[in-house]
Amino acid sequence: MNLETVAVNTAPPAQVTSRLWGIGLFLLLVLFAIAVPLLWQVDIAKQDYTAILSGPAEAHPLGTDHLGRDMLARLAAAVRLSLGLALVSVMTAAVPGVLLGVVAAWKGGAVDKLLGLLSEMFLALPGLLLVLLIVAIFPGSFLALYGAVSLVLWIEYFRMTRALSRTVLASPAVSASRLLGFGPLYIIRRHLWPELSPVLMTIAAFGAASAIMAIAALGFISVGVRPPTAELGLMITELLPYYAEAPIVIALPILVILLIILSLMLIAGGRKR
Amino acid sequence: MTRLLAFRFLQAVMVALLVGALTFLLMSLLPGDAAYRIAAGRYGYDMVSTAAAEAVRAELGLDQPVIWRFLAWIGDLATLDLGHSLVSGKPVMEAVAHELGSSIRLAIGAVALSFVMGPPLGVMAGLRPGSVFDRCLLLLTTVTRAVPHFVLGVVLVIVFAVSLGLVPSAGHGTLAHTVLPTLTLALGLAAVSSRVARDATIDVAASAYYGFGRLKGLSSFSLFTRHGLRNIGVPVVTYLGVQLVYLIEGVVVVETLFAWPGIGHGLVHAIVQRDVPMVQGTALAMGLMFVVLNTLVDLANHWIDPRGRKV
Repeated sequence: MNLETVAVNTAPPAQVTSRLWGIGLFLLLVLFAIAVPLLWQVDIAKQDYTAILSGPAEAHPLGTDHLGRDMLARLAAAVRLSLGLALVSVMTAAVPGVLLGVVAAWKGGAVDKLLGLLSEMFLALPGLLLVLLIVAIFPGSFLALYGAVSLVLWIEYFRMTRALSRTVLASPAVSASRLLGFGPLYIIRRHLWPELSPVLMTIAAFGAASAIMAIAALGFISVGVRPPTAELGLMITELLPYYAEAPIVIALPILVILLIILSLMLIAGGRKR
Repeated sequence: MTRLLAFRFLQAVMVALLVGALTFLLMSLLPGDAAYRIAAGRYGYDMVSTAAAEAVRAELGLDQPVIWRFLAWIGDLATLDLGHSLVSGKPVMEAVAHELGSSIRLAIGAVALSFVMGPPLGVMAGLRPGSVFDRCLLLLTTVTRAVPHFVLGVVLVIVFAVSLGLVPSAGHGTLAHTVLPTLTLALGLAAVSSRVARDATIDVAASAYYGFGRLKGLSSFSLFTRHGLRNIGVPVVTYLGVQLVYLIEGVVVVETLFAWPGIGHGLVHAIVQRDVPMVQGTALAMGLMFVVLNTLVDLANHWIDPRGRKV
Protein backbone atom coordinates (compact mmCIF):
# COMPACT_ATOMS: atom_id res chain seq x y z
CA MET A 1 0.00 0.00 0.00
CA ASN A 2 1.58 3.27 -1.06
CA LEU A 3 1.10 6.63 0.54
CA GLU A 4 -1.56 7.80 -1.88
CA THR A 5 -4.01 4.99 -1.16
CA VAL A 6 -3.47 5.47 2.58
CA ALA A 7 -4.35 9.13 2.21
CA VAL A 8 -7.45 8.25 0.22
CA ASN A 9 -8.52 5.66 2.76
CA THR A 10 -8.09 7.92 5.76
CA ALA A 11 -9.81 10.97 4.27
CA PRO A 12 -13.29 11.17 5.82
CA PRO A 13 -16.01 10.39 3.29
CA ALA A 14 -19.02 12.67 3.11
CA GLN A 15 -21.09 10.37 5.31
CA VAL A 16 -18.61 10.51 8.19
CA THR A 17 -18.50 14.30 8.14
CA SER A 18 -22.28 14.52 8.20
CA ARG A 19 -22.31 12.05 11.07
CA LEU A 20 -19.85 14.24 12.97
CA TRP A 21 -22.11 17.24 12.37
CA GLY A 22 -25.00 15.22 13.72
CA ILE A 23 -23.10 14.18 16.84
CA GLY A 24 -21.98 17.76 17.44
CA LEU A 25 -25.52 19.08 17.13
CA PHE A 26 -26.84 16.31 19.36
CA LEU A 27 -24.26 17.05 22.07
CA LEU A 28 -25.18 20.73 21.95
CA LEU A 29 -28.82 19.82 22.52
CA VAL A 30 -27.88 17.54 25.43
CA LEU A 31 -25.76 20.34 26.87
CA PHE A 32 -28.71 22.73 26.50
CA ALA A 33 -31.01 20.30 28.29
CA ILE A 34 -28.58 19.73 31.17
CA ALA A 35 -27.02 23.17 31.58
CA VAL A 36 -30.15 25.32 31.48
CA PRO A 37 -31.73 24.00 34.70
CA LEU A 38 -28.37 24.37 36.45
CA LEU A 39 -27.72 27.93 35.31
CA TRP A 40 -31.28 29.18 34.93
CA GLN A 41 -33.23 27.99 37.93
CA VAL A 42 -36.75 29.00 36.97
CA ASP A 43 -39.71 26.75 37.67
CA ILE A 44 -41.36 25.63 34.41
CA ALA A 45 -44.81 26.19 35.91
CA LYS A 46 -44.12 29.60 37.46
CA GLN A 47 -46.29 32.29 35.89
CA ASP A 48 -45.16 35.84 35.36
CA TYR A 49 -48.32 37.90 34.88
CA THR A 50 -46.39 40.98 33.87
CA ALA A 51 -44.98 39.18 30.87
CA ILE A 52 -47.49 37.19 28.83
CA LEU A 53 -46.31 36.16 25.36
CA SER A 54 -43.42 38.55 25.67
CA GLY A 55 -40.52 38.46 23.28
CA PRO A 56 -36.96 37.89 24.44
CA ALA A 57 -36.19 40.13 27.41
CA GLU A 58 -33.74 40.24 30.27
CA ALA A 59 -36.05 38.43 32.68
CA HIS A 60 -36.97 35.84 30.03
CA PRO A 61 -34.19 35.31 27.47
CA LEU A 62 -36.47 33.35 25.12
CA GLY A 63 -39.71 35.07 26.02
CA THR A 64 -42.79 33.64 27.75
CA ASP A 65 -45.79 31.59 26.68
CA HIS A 66 -49.52 32.40 26.88
CA LEU A 67 -49.55 31.78 30.64
CA GLY A 68 -46.42 33.81 31.29
CA ARG A 69 -44.20 30.80 31.80
CA ASP A 70 -40.52 31.08 30.97
CA MET A 71 -39.81 29.55 27.54
CA LEU A 72 -36.12 28.90 28.19
CA ALA A 73 -36.85 26.74 31.21
CA ARG A 74 -39.75 25.00 29.45
CA LEU A 75 -37.79 24.27 26.29
CA ALA A 76 -34.92 22.79 28.29
CA ALA A 77 -37.36 20.63 30.24
CA ALA A 78 -39.05 19.51 27.03
CA VAL A 79 -35.74 18.58 25.39
CA ARG A 80 -34.76 16.70 28.55
CA LEU A 81 -38.04 14.79 28.47
CA SER A 82 -37.87 13.94 24.76
CA LEU A 83 -34.22 12.95 24.70
CA GLY A 84 -34.43 11.12 28.02
CA LEU A 85 -37.47 9.09 27.07
CA ALA A 86 -36.09 8.37 23.61
CA LEU A 87 -32.69 7.24 24.90
CA VAL A 88 -34.17 5.02 27.59
CA SER A 89 -36.63 3.45 25.11
CA VAL A 90 -33.89 2.89 22.55
CA MET A 91 -31.70 1.15 25.13
CA THR A 92 -34.57 -0.92 26.47
CA ALA A 93 -35.58 -1.98 22.98
CA ALA A 94 -32.01 -2.81 21.94
CA VAL A 95 -31.39 -5.49 24.57
CA PRO A 96 -34.26 -7.90 23.81
CA GLY A 97 -34.15 -7.01 20.11
CA VAL A 98 -30.50 -7.92 19.66
CA LEU A 99 -30.60 -10.93 21.97
CA LEU A 100 -33.68 -12.42 20.31
CA GLY A 101 -32.21 -11.68 16.89
CA VAL A 102 -29.02 -13.58 17.69
CA VAL A 103 -31.00 -16.42 19.28
CA ALA A 104 -33.26 -16.69 16.23
CA ALA A 105 -30.31 -16.76 13.82
CA TRP A 106 -28.34 -19.18 16.03
CA LYS A 107 -31.08 -21.70 16.74
CA GLY A 108 -32.92 -21.49 13.43
CA GLY A 109 -35.85 -23.84 12.89
CA ALA A 110 -38.95 -23.47 15.03
CA VAL A 111 -37.47 -20.80 17.34
CA ASP A 112 -36.58 -18.64 14.35
CA LYS A 113 -40.02 -19.12 12.78
CA LEU A 114 -41.82 -18.32 16.02
CA LEU A 115 -39.82 -15.18 16.76
CA GLY A 116 -40.17 -14.10 13.14
CA LEU A 117 -43.93 -14.52 13.39
CA LEU A 118 -43.99 -12.46 16.59
CA SER A 119 -42.16 -9.60 14.92
CA GLU A 120 -44.44 -9.81 11.86
CA MET A 121 -47.40 -9.52 14.19
CA PHE A 122 -46.14 -6.23 15.60
CA LEU A 123 -45.17 -4.99 12.15
CA ALA A 124 -48.70 -5.53 10.88
CA LEU A 125 -49.81 -2.52 12.87
CA PRO A 126 -48.19 0.87 12.21
CA GLY A 127 -46.05 1.85 15.21
CA LEU A 128 -47.89 5.03 16.13
CA LEU A 129 -51.21 3.16 16.13
CA LEU A 130 -49.88 0.62 18.63
CA VAL A 131 -48.48 3.38 20.84
CA LEU A 132 -51.77 5.26 20.59
CA LEU A 133 -53.80 2.21 21.67
CA ILE A 134 -51.51 1.40 24.60
CA VAL A 135 -51.49 4.99 25.75
CA ALA A 136 -55.28 4.93 25.50
CA ILE A 137 -55.39 1.96 27.88
CA PHE A 138 -53.27 3.76 30.48
CA PRO A 139 -54.07 7.45 29.99
CA GLY A 140 -51.51 9.92 31.23
CA SER A 141 -49.11 7.18 32.28
CA PHE A 142 -45.48 7.88 31.57
CA LEU A 143 -44.54 4.25 31.96
CA ALA A 144 -47.08 3.15 29.34
CA LEU A 145 -45.69 5.65 26.85
CA TYR A 146 -42.18 4.40 27.46
CA GLY A 147 -43.24 0.75 27.28
CA ALA A 148 -45.24 1.27 24.10
CA VAL A 149 -42.40 3.06 22.33
CA SER A 150 -39.94 0.32 23.32
CA LEU A 151 -42.40 -2.31 22.15
CA VAL A 152 -42.39 -0.73 18.69
CA LEU A 153 -38.63 -0.15 18.54
CA TRP A 154 -37.37 -3.65 19.39
CA ILE A 155 -38.63 -5.06 16.08
CA GLU A 156 -36.14 -3.16 13.95
CA TYR A 157 -33.23 -4.37 16.13
CA PHE A 158 -34.53 -7.91 15.98
CA ARG A 159 -34.96 -8.03 12.21
CA MET A 160 -31.63 -6.41 11.47
CA THR A 161 -29.72 -8.55 13.97
CA ARG A 162 -31.36 -11.72 12.73
CA ALA A 163 -30.61 -10.99 9.06
CA LEU A 164 -26.99 -9.98 9.74
CA SER A 165 -26.29 -12.79 12.20
CA ARG A 166 -27.61 -15.33 9.74
CA THR A 167 -25.04 -14.41 7.08
CA VAL A 168 -22.21 -14.07 9.59
CA LEU A 169 -22.96 -17.38 11.30
CA ALA A 170 -23.06 -19.17 7.95
CA SER A 171 -19.67 -17.74 6.93
CA PRO A 172 -16.55 -19.94 6.63
CA ALA A 173 -14.82 -17.81 9.29
CA VAL A 174 -17.35 -18.84 11.92
CA SER A 175 -17.18 -22.51 10.87
CA ALA A 176 -13.40 -22.32 11.24
CA SER A 177 -13.72 -20.84 14.73
CA ARG A 178 -16.18 -23.53 15.67
CA LEU A 179 -13.88 -26.26 14.36
CA LEU A 180 -11.08 -24.81 16.45
CA GLY A 181 -13.32 -25.34 19.47
CA PHE A 182 -14.22 -21.74 20.35
CA GLY A 183 -17.46 -21.31 22.28
CA PRO A 184 -20.51 -19.18 21.51
CA LEU A 185 -19.27 -16.21 23.56
CA TYR A 186 -16.08 -16.00 21.53
CA ILE A 187 -18.00 -16.21 18.26
CA ILE A 188 -20.38 -13.50 19.36
CA ARG A 189 -17.59 -11.21 20.53
CA ARG A 190 -15.17 -11.79 17.68
CA HIS A 191 -17.44 -12.43 14.70
CA LEU A 192 -20.89 -11.06 15.35
CA TRP A 193 -20.33 -7.93 17.37
CA PRO A 194 -17.93 -6.18 14.95
CA GLU A 195 -20.50 -6.66 12.17
CA LEU A 196 -23.48 -5.67 14.29
CA SER A 197 -22.27 -2.66 16.23
CA PRO A 198 -22.14 -0.08 13.39
CA VAL A 199 -25.60 -1.09 12.20
CA LEU A 200 -27.00 -0.93 15.71
CA MET A 201 -25.83 2.68 15.98
CA THR A 202 -27.84 3.56 12.87
CA ILE A 203 -30.92 1.73 14.12
CA ALA A 204 -30.62 3.43 17.50
CA ALA A 205 -30.44 6.88 15.94
CA PHE A 206 -33.44 6.20 13.69
CA GLY A 207 -35.30 4.65 16.60
CA ALA A 208 -34.62 7.68 18.79
CA ALA A 209 -35.84 9.97 16.01
CA SER A 210 -39.07 8.06 15.55
CA ALA A 211 -39.56 7.84 19.33
CA ILE A 212 -39.22 11.61 19.66
CA MET A 213 -41.59 12.16 16.73
CA ALA A 214 -44.13 9.74 18.25
CA ILE A 215 -43.99 11.38 21.68
CA ALA A 216 -44.37 14.82 20.14
CA ALA A 217 -47.18 13.68 17.82
CA LEU A 218 -49.08 12.22 20.77
CA GLY A 219 -48.56 15.42 22.73
CA PHE A 220 -49.75 17.39 19.74
CA ILE A 221 -53.03 15.48 19.44
CA SER A 222 -53.49 15.77 23.22
CA VAL A 223 -53.29 12.05 23.92
CA GLY A 224 -49.76 11.70 25.29
CA VAL A 225 -48.30 13.56 28.27
CA ARG A 226 -50.64 16.01 29.97
CA PRO A 227 -50.27 19.71 30.68
CA PRO A 228 -48.56 21.37 32.52
CA THR A 229 -45.69 19.08 31.51
CA ALA A 230 -43.37 20.82 29.10
CA GLU A 231 -43.36 18.68 25.95
CA LEU A 232 -42.52 19.89 22.46
CA GLY A 233 -45.65 18.67 20.66
CA LEU A 234 -47.90 19.86 23.45
CA MET A 235 -46.19 23.26 23.49
CA ILE A 236 -46.85 23.67 19.76
CA THR A 237 -50.56 22.88 20.23
CA GLU A 238 -50.82 25.22 23.18
CA LEU A 239 -49.09 28.08 21.41
CA LEU A 240 -50.74 27.68 18.00
CA PRO A 241 -53.71 29.97 18.82
CA TYR A 242 -51.29 32.76 19.78
CA TYR A 243 -49.34 32.72 16.54
CA ALA A 244 -50.50 36.19 15.54
CA GLU A 245 -49.42 37.73 18.87
CA ALA A 246 -46.12 35.92 19.31
CA PRO A 247 -44.78 34.17 16.21
CA ILE A 248 -41.32 33.78 17.76
CA VAL A 249 -42.60 31.88 20.77
CA ILE A 250 -44.22 29.14 18.68
CA ALA A 251 -41.23 29.06 16.33
CA LEU A 252 -38.99 27.97 19.23
CA PRO A 253 -40.40 24.48 19.92
CA ILE A 254 -40.71 23.92 16.16
CA LEU A 255 -37.05 24.81 15.69
CA VAL A 256 -35.96 22.64 18.60
CA ILE A 257 -37.81 19.55 17.39
CA LEU A 258 -36.38 20.09 13.92
CA LEU A 259 -32.84 20.28 15.28
CA ILE A 260 -33.26 17.13 17.38
CA ILE A 261 -34.59 15.05 14.49
CA LEU A 262 -32.04 16.50 12.07
CA SER A 263 -29.14 15.65 14.38
CA LEU A 264 -30.38 12.07 14.81
CA MET A 265 -30.91 11.67 11.06
CA LEU A 266 -27.38 12.88 10.40
CA ILE A 267 -26.00 10.45 12.99
CA ALA A 268 -27.95 7.63 11.39
CA GLY A 269 -26.39 8.54 8.05
CA GLY A 270 -27.55 7.77 4.55
CA ARG A 271 -27.92 4.03 4.96
CA LYS A 272 -31.67 4.07 5.20
CA ARG A 273 -33.74 6.58 3.34
CA MET B 1 -48.36 -14.69 -5.83
CA THR B 2 -50.77 -16.85 -3.82
CA ARG B 3 -48.16 -17.09 -1.08
CA LEU B 4 -47.94 -13.35 -1.00
CA LEU B 5 -51.68 -12.86 -0.72
CA ALA B 6 -51.86 -15.57 1.94
CA PHE B 7 -49.18 -13.75 3.93
CA ARG B 8 -51.08 -10.48 3.72
CA PHE B 9 -54.27 -12.24 4.75
CA LEU B 10 -52.48 -13.67 7.78
CA GLN B 11 -51.29 -10.17 8.59
CA ALA B 12 -54.85 -8.89 8.42
CA VAL B 13 -55.93 -11.58 10.88
CA MET B 14 -53.07 -10.58 13.18
CA VAL B 15 -54.12 -6.95 13.04
CA ALA B 16 -57.65 -7.94 14.04
CA LEU B 17 -56.38 -10.09 16.92
CA LEU B 18 -53.99 -7.45 18.20
CA VAL B 19 -56.55 -4.67 18.00
CA GLY B 20 -59.16 -6.94 19.56
CA ALA B 21 -56.89 -7.89 22.45
CA LEU B 22 -55.83 -4.30 23.14
CA THR B 23 -59.35 -2.93 23.07
CA PHE B 24 -60.56 -5.78 25.26
CA LEU B 25 -57.88 -4.78 27.75
CA LEU B 26 -59.01 -1.17 27.43
CA MET B 27 -62.61 -2.22 28.09
CA SER B 28 -61.68 -4.32 31.12
CA LEU B 29 -59.54 -1.60 32.66
CA LEU B 30 -62.18 1.12 32.44
CA PRO B 31 -63.21 2.15 35.93
CA GLY B 32 -66.66 1.23 37.24
CA ASP B 33 -69.00 -1.63 36.51
CA ALA B 34 -69.24 -2.33 32.78
CA ALA B 35 -72.85 -3.55 33.07
CA TYR B 36 -74.00 -0.23 34.53
CA ARG B 37 -72.04 1.70 31.95
CA ILE B 38 -73.51 -0.20 29.01
CA ALA B 39 -76.99 0.05 30.50
CA ALA B 40 -76.49 3.80 30.80
CA GLY B 41 -75.36 3.92 27.20
CA ARG B 42 -78.45 2.03 26.09
CA TYR B 43 -81.23 3.47 28.18
CA GLY B 44 -79.85 6.84 29.24
CA TYR B 45 -78.37 7.75 32.62
CA ASP B 46 -81.76 8.43 34.26
CA MET B 47 -83.18 5.03 33.40
CA VAL B 48 -80.40 2.86 34.84
CA SER B 49 -81.52 0.55 37.60
CA THR B 50 -79.97 -2.51 39.18
CA ALA B 51 -82.43 -4.67 37.27
CA ALA B 52 -81.45 -3.13 33.94
CA ALA B 53 -77.75 -3.55 34.74
CA GLU B 54 -78.27 -7.17 35.74
CA ALA B 55 -80.21 -7.81 32.54
CA VAL B 56 -77.31 -6.38 30.53
CA ARG B 57 -74.86 -8.43 32.57
CA ALA B 58 -76.74 -11.65 31.86
CA GLU B 59 -77.32 -10.82 28.21
CA LEU B 60 -73.71 -9.92 27.43
CA GLY B 61 -72.25 -12.59 29.69
CA LEU B 62 -70.35 -10.06 31.77
CA ASP B 63 -70.51 -12.46 34.72
CA GLN B 64 -68.55 -15.07 32.77
CA PRO B 65 -64.83 -15.65 33.39
CA VAL B 66 -62.41 -13.32 31.55
CA ILE B 67 -61.31 -15.92 29.04
CA TRP B 68 -64.88 -16.56 27.84
CA ARG B 69 -65.59 -12.89 27.58
CA PHE B 70 -62.40 -12.47 25.57
CA LEU B 71 -63.37 -15.27 23.20
CA ALA B 72 -66.84 -13.78 22.80
CA TRP B 73 -65.23 -10.39 22.12
CA ILE B 74 -63.01 -11.88 19.41
CA GLY B 75 -66.00 -13.83 18.09
CA ASP B 76 -67.95 -10.58 17.66
CA LEU B 77 -64.95 -9.14 15.89
CA ALA B 78 -64.70 -12.14 13.57
CA THR B 79 -68.32 -11.73 12.53
CA LEU B 80 -67.66 -7.99 12.06
CA ASP B 81 -70.16 -7.18 14.78
CA LEU B 82 -68.50 -4.05 16.09
CA GLY B 83 -71.36 -2.89 18.28
CA HIS B 84 -72.58 0.62 18.90
CA SER B 85 -70.74 3.77 19.83
CA LEU B 86 -70.98 4.49 23.55
CA VAL B 87 -71.27 8.19 22.85
CA SER B 88 -73.50 8.65 19.82
CA GLY B 89 -75.26 5.29 20.00
CA LYS B 90 -74.89 4.79 16.26
CA PRO B 91 -73.57 1.51 14.86
CA VAL B 92 -69.77 1.58 14.71
CA MET B 93 -69.72 0.03 11.24
CA GLU B 94 -71.70 2.93 9.81
CA ALA B 95 -69.48 5.60 11.33
CA VAL B 96 -66.29 3.80 10.36
CA ALA B 97 -67.43 3.22 6.78
CA HIS B 98 -68.19 6.92 6.48
CA GLU B 99 -64.85 7.98 7.96
CA LEU B 100 -62.88 5.44 5.99
CA GLY B 101 -64.07 6.99 2.72
CA SER B 102 -62.66 10.42 3.48
CA SER B 103 -59.42 8.94 4.85
CA ILE B 104 -58.86 6.90 1.73
CA ARG B 105 -59.49 9.94 -0.44
CA LEU B 106 -56.89 11.85 1.58
CA ALA B 107 -54.35 9.02 1.44
CA ILE B 108 -54.74 8.42 -2.29
CA GLY B 109 -54.59 12.14 -3.01
CA ALA B 110 -51.38 12.40 -0.99
CA VAL B 111 -49.74 9.44 -2.72
CA ALA B 112 -50.73 10.77 -6.16
CA LEU B 113 -49.44 14.26 -5.38
CA SER B 114 -46.19 12.86 -4.00
CA PHE B 115 -45.70 10.92 -7.24
CA VAL B 116 -46.17 14.11 -9.22
CA MET B 117 -43.61 15.96 -7.10
CA GLY B 118 -41.03 13.46 -5.88
CA PRO B 119 -39.88 11.06 -8.63
CA PRO B 120 -39.64 13.63 -11.47
CA LEU B 121 -37.39 15.84 -9.33
CA GLY B 122 -35.41 12.79 -8.26
CA VAL B 123 -34.91 11.67 -11.86
CA MET B 124 -33.82 15.15 -12.87
CA ALA B 125 -31.25 15.16 -10.05
CA GLY B 126 -30.17 11.60 -10.80
CA LEU B 127 -29.45 12.35 -14.47
CA ARG B 128 -26.93 15.00 -13.36
CA PRO B 129 -25.55 13.77 -10.04
CA GLY B 130 -23.43 16.30 -8.19
CA SER B 131 -24.96 19.30 -9.95
CA VAL B 132 -26.23 22.34 -8.06
CA PHE B 133 -29.80 21.10 -8.52
CA ASP B 134 -28.88 17.71 -7.04
CA ARG B 135 -27.29 19.33 -3.99
CA CYS B 136 -30.22 21.68 -3.45
CA LEU B 137 -32.60 18.74 -3.63
CA LEU B 138 -30.51 16.80 -1.10
CA LEU B 139 -30.67 19.70 1.34
CA LEU B 140 -34.39 20.17 0.77
CA THR B 141 -35.27 16.50 1.23
CA THR B 142 -33.08 16.13 4.32
CA VAL B 143 -34.78 19.06 6.01
CA THR B 144 -38.26 17.92 4.95
CA ARG B 145 -37.63 14.46 6.34
CA ALA B 146 -36.51 15.92 9.67
CA VAL B 147 -39.86 17.67 10.08
CA PRO B 148 -42.62 15.66 11.76
CA HIS B 149 -46.03 15.77 10.02
CA PHE B 150 -47.69 17.99 12.54
CA VAL B 151 -44.89 20.56 12.42
CA LEU B 152 -45.04 20.57 8.63
CA GLY B 153 -48.80 20.97 8.84
CA VAL B 154 -48.54 23.82 11.32
CA VAL B 155 -45.96 25.59 9.18
CA LEU B 156 -48.12 25.20 6.06
CA VAL B 157 -51.16 26.52 7.95
CA ILE B 158 -49.20 29.51 9.20
CA VAL B 159 -47.81 30.31 5.75
CA PHE B 160 -50.72 29.56 3.41
CA ALA B 161 -53.80 29.95 5.57
CA VAL B 162 -52.91 32.53 8.21
CA SER B 163 -50.36 34.76 6.48
CA LEU B 164 -51.36 34.52 2.83
CA GLY B 165 -54.99 33.57 3.36
CA LEU B 166 -55.05 31.49 0.18
CA VAL B 167 -56.77 28.36 1.51
CA PRO B 168 -58.83 27.49 4.58
CA SER B 169 -56.82 26.10 7.48
CA ALA B 170 -59.23 23.39 8.59
CA GLY B 171 -62.47 21.72 7.68
CA HIS B 172 -63.87 19.54 4.98
CA GLY B 173 -66.07 19.85 1.96
CA THR B 174 -64.61 21.89 -0.85
CA LEU B 175 -61.52 21.23 -2.91
CA ALA B 176 -59.75 24.12 -1.17
CA HIS B 177 -60.05 22.26 2.13
CA THR B 178 -58.17 19.29 0.76
CA VAL B 179 -55.13 21.29 -0.36
CA LEU B 180 -53.23 21.66 2.91
CA PRO B 181 -53.80 18.17 4.42
CA THR B 182 -52.89 16.51 1.13
CA LEU B 183 -49.84 18.70 0.68
CA THR B 184 -48.65 18.01 4.24
CA LEU B 185 -48.72 14.27 3.68
CA ALA B 186 -47.42 14.46 0.12
CA LEU B 187 -44.36 16.57 0.95
CA GLY B 188 -43.10 14.01 3.44
CA LEU B 189 -43.68 11.17 1.00
CA ALA B 190 -42.13 13.07 -1.91
CA ALA B 191 -38.97 13.81 0.09
CA VAL B 192 -38.28 10.10 0.31
CA SER B 193 -39.49 9.05 -3.13
CA SER B 194 -37.35 11.72 -4.80
CA ARG B 195 -34.24 10.31 -3.04
CA VAL B 196 -35.14 6.78 -4.08
CA ALA B 197 -35.76 7.89 -7.66
CA ARG B 198 -32.48 9.79 -7.72
CA ASP B 199 -30.43 6.80 -6.56
CA ALA B 200 -32.27 4.45 -8.92
CA THR B 201 -31.70 6.82 -11.84
CA ILE B 202 -27.97 6.91 -11.15
CA ASP B 203 -27.86 3.10 -11.03
CA VAL B 204 -29.87 2.74 -14.22
CA ALA B 205 -27.89 5.38 -16.12
CA ALA B 206 -24.65 3.63 -15.16
CA SER B 207 -25.91 0.17 -16.18
CA ALA B 208 -24.66 -1.79 -19.19
CA TYR B 209 -28.07 -2.02 -20.85
CA TYR B 210 -28.50 1.73 -20.68
CA GLY B 211 -25.07 2.25 -22.20
CA PHE B 212 -25.89 -0.26 -24.93
CA GLY B 213 -29.15 1.51 -25.69
CA ARG B 214 -27.24 4.73 -26.15
CA LEU B 215 -24.65 2.95 -28.30
CA LYS B 216 -27.24 1.57 -30.68
CA GLY B 217 -28.38 5.12 -31.35
CA LEU B 218 -31.56 5.60 -29.35
CA SER B 219 -32.48 9.19 -28.65
CA SER B 220 -32.17 10.09 -25.00
CA PHE B 221 -35.95 10.41 -24.77
CA SER B 222 -36.79 6.97 -26.12
CA LEU B 223 -33.86 5.50 -24.19
CA PHE B 224 -35.32 6.90 -20.99
CA THR B 225 -38.92 5.87 -21.70
CA ARG B 226 -38.02 2.39 -23.00
CA HIS B 227 -35.23 1.39 -20.63
CA GLY B 228 -35.21 3.86 -17.79
CA LEU B 229 -38.72 4.48 -16.56
CA ARG B 230 -39.78 0.99 -15.57
CA ASN B 231 -36.48 0.15 -13.90
CA ILE B 232 -36.60 3.35 -11.87
CA GLY B 233 -40.23 2.63 -11.03
CA VAL B 234 -39.51 -0.64 -9.24
CA PRO B 235 -37.59 0.75 -6.25
CA VAL B 236 -39.84 3.80 -6.06
CA VAL B 237 -42.94 1.63 -5.75
CA THR B 238 -41.20 -0.81 -3.39
CA TYR B 239 -40.24 2.08 -1.17
CA LEU B 240 -43.81 3.25 -1.18
CA GLY B 241 -44.53 0.07 0.77
CA VAL B 242 -42.01 1.10 3.42
CA GLN B 243 -43.50 4.58 3.50
CA LEU B 244 -47.02 3.34 4.15
CA VAL B 245 -46.27 3.35 7.87
CA TYR B 246 -45.40 7.02 7.50
CA LEU B 247 -48.60 7.60 5.55
CA ILE B 248 -50.89 5.92 8.08
CA GLU B 249 -49.24 7.64 11.03
CA GLY B 250 -49.48 10.89 9.10
CA VAL B 251 -53.18 10.35 8.50
CA VAL B 252 -53.80 10.23 12.27
CA VAL B 253 -51.92 13.44 12.96
CA VAL B 254 -52.89 15.40 9.86
CA GLU B 255 -56.60 14.61 10.18
CA THR B 256 -56.54 15.75 13.78
CA LEU B 257 -54.72 18.95 12.86
CA PHE B 258 -56.99 19.84 9.94
CA ALA B 259 -60.24 18.55 11.49
CA TRP B 260 -60.60 16.15 8.56
CA PRO B 261 -63.48 13.79 9.35
CA GLY B 262 -61.52 10.63 8.66
CA ILE B 263 -60.55 7.52 10.50
CA GLY B 264 -57.54 9.02 12.31
CA HIS B 265 -59.59 11.91 13.57
CA GLY B 266 -62.25 9.42 14.65
CA LEU B 267 -59.69 7.28 16.47
CA VAL B 268 -58.22 10.18 18.42
CA HIS B 269 -61.68 11.43 19.38
CA ALA B 270 -62.77 7.95 20.44
CA ILE B 271 -59.67 7.65 22.62
CA VAL B 272 -60.24 11.03 24.23
CA GLN B 273 -63.90 10.15 24.87
CA ARG B 274 -63.00 6.60 25.95
CA ASP B 275 -65.54 5.21 23.48
CA VAL B 276 -64.21 1.64 23.34
CA PRO B 277 -66.29 0.24 20.44
CA MET B 278 -65.31 3.22 18.31
CA VAL B 279 -61.64 2.83 19.29
CA GLN B 280 -61.83 -0.79 18.21
CA GLY B 281 -63.62 -0.02 14.96
CA THR B 282 -61.38 2.81 13.90
CA ALA B 283 -58.12 1.10 14.92
CA LEU B 284 -59.23 -2.02 13.09
CA ALA B 285 -60.08 -0.03 9.98
CA MET B 286 -56.70 1.72 10.07
CA GLY B 287 -54.80 -1.51 10.56
CA LEU B 288 -56.70 -3.19 7.73
CA MET B 289 -56.23 -0.16 5.49
CA PHE B 290 -52.48 -0.52 6.12
CA VAL B 291 -52.56 -4.19 5.11
CA VAL B 292 -54.69 -3.51 2.02
CA LEU B 293 -52.42 -0.69 0.86
CA ASN B 294 -49.43 -2.96 1.37
CA THR B 295 -51.11 -5.59 -0.78
CA LEU B 296 -51.77 -2.99 -3.48
CA VAL B 297 -48.09 -2.04 -3.46
CA ASP B 298 -47.17 -5.71 -3.80
CA LEU B 299 -49.54 -6.06 -6.75
CA ALA B 300 -48.20 -2.89 -8.41
CA ASN B 301 -44.67 -4.20 -8.07
CA HIS B 302 -45.76 -7.49 -9.52
CA TRP B 303 -47.16 -5.67 -12.51
CA ILE B 304 -44.18 -3.35 -13.09
CA ASP B 305 -41.48 -5.97 -12.60
CA PRO B 306 -42.44 -9.32 -14.13
CA ARG B 307 -39.14 -10.94 -13.12
CA GLY B 308 -40.44 -11.93 -9.69
CA ARG B 309 -43.50 -13.71 -11.06
CA LYS B 310 -42.01 -17.12 -11.60
CA VAL B 311 -40.47 -17.26 -8.13
